[in-house]
Amino acid sequence: MSNRRAELEAAPWSGKTRPYDLIKEGVAALVIITIAVVALATLFGSPDDKQITFKQWAVAAPSDFYATAVQELAGSSGTGGYGAPYNTASDGVNLGPLHLAKIMGVTHPVDTVNDFVITPLTTVVNSGPVADALKQWQSSDSKTQAMWATNYDGALTKANQEPAKVPAGSYGPVPQLATGLLSMARAGSLDGALLSQGNYFQSDYTKQTLFLGDGSYFNDQSTASNLQGSTWGMMNETGRYPGQAWLWLYSFWYQIPPFNNGDSHPFGANADAWIMVIMGALSLGLIIMPLIPGVRSLPYKIKIHRLVWKNYYQEENL
Amino acid sequence: MSIAQEKEMWTSKLRKSWQKNLPVEKLLPDTQPSYVASWIYLFGVATLASLGVVIASGIVLAFEGASWYHSSNVGHFINSMHFWSVQFFFVFMVVHLWGKFWMAAWRGRRLLTWITGGVAFVASIATAFTGYLVQSNFDSQWISYEAKDGFNSVGIGSGFNVTNFGQMILLHVAFLPLILGVITIIHVLMVRAKGVVPPIDAFNHELGERK
Repeated sequence: MSNRRAELEAAPWSGKTRPYDLIKEGVAALVIITIAVVALATLFGSPDDKQITFKQWAVAAPSDFYATAVQELAGSSGTGGYGAPYNTASDGVNLGPLHLAKIMGVTHPVDTVNDFVITPLTTVVNSGPVADALKQWQSSDSKTQAMWATNYDGALTKANQEPAKVPAGSYGPVPQLATGLLSMARAGSLDGALLSQGNYFQSDYTKQTLFLGDGSYFNDQSTASNLQGSTWGMMNETGRYPGQAWLWLYSFWYQIPPFNNGDSHPFGANADAWIMVIMGALSLGLIIMPLIPGVRSLPYKIKIHRLVWKNYYQEENL
Repeated sequence: MSIAQEKEMWTSKLRKSWQKNLPVEKLLPDTQPSYVASWIYLFGVATLASLGVVIASGIVLAFEGASWYHSSNVGHFINSMHFWSVQFFFVFMVVHLWGKFWMAAWRGRRLLTWITGGVAFVASIATAFTGYLVQSNFDSQWISYEAKDGFNSVGIGSGFNVTNFGQMILLHVAFLPLILGVITIIHVLMVRAKGVVPPIDAFNHELGERK
């Protein structure tokens, strides 16, 4: 691109002009779009599937809730083994040698044992067995607590999450604690206890969201609503509504190899990080596209602009 | 005040620069070059008009609070207006962006106009995303649960916590709209200051190139 051409293209237009009422066009656009928006809002409304509560989960899928509570005590849940920014249980995902989350550290500490189970149980008046279990747990050392919870977690898994089929073992108060938390959730008091964590004002839902996600119930609901990442979930919306279609490219990477190869593959296991990097690079590329050789030449090679300026090209015989 | 003093003043310099680069005739023109005659040019103003409806409906929702629309028919209607105007906004913006790409609209020292448009597009995605996070329904529960992994994976989650409702709603109604609003105003002022980019082959004759 010559400097002379750039100068000519930058200079005020000295060729033919035509009347153009900018304000009228803007007002007309505003009126038409407002009418269209009001029409769509009236005809179709907007999606608003009700939030899932712990009460709903505990009533609809008590076995899943019970098993998740045990996993939280054993530290074997998704959150328990997550790593930064919640805990130090693992290194988290990586970009080759870089563990960026680990580098940033534990900025939102979550202790699944106390935050999800023990502290909420201390906020209510428990039945005799649960109160005794709580005392036994609190008077034991962490090594013994971990041993009990791990034993029971393993036994419950082998018994297909059916407590009645779990053989006798060294489980300490873990079954009673899980039962107590299940009762608390069924009564509807766990939601508030998880949020408040002993405070009055609270607007951080991190703990509830992580706990909810550790169970199968929440995931099953999202699968039923077609919201899973493997089915373009990030750009979908509940019901028959358009979602965040503008996230199609972000969702796209999750649908293709090597990112959908599962956790056995380095890229599959670390897909979240790689896709964030790809999307960051592509976003930057969009912003600075006029500086990228090849891409910036496409409009000159693929002459779609001749359609835009069809009349001008005809008049000027270009 | 002497001429020398006036030349030194930042205010005088800004006023003169403004008058030179963006006189009111450029800001509010009543004519356009004859080549500005395609439906594609409507998508810029349609994007702005949609943004106006998004902001107006968003202000009503902000005044009434995040839970209002769950329990009020009026609230649900305003939320629906917010929802559909965002859909329009993105459709128009994407068509506008593609149109500008095929016109190579960064020509003639309009690079910053393109860049501000690109930043506005990314800022719009961030603003809409935080909006989906603060719907306080099942969708926002799930989106926050899923999206946390992406942000955590690259360390962004340490500061930008999508499961923190308080942080997300403040970003959605205050910080991000401010960024988007400012960048949009700059973008529009640049379009007005630089004028609409001429056709790609408009100056072939002057440059001695074949038609």
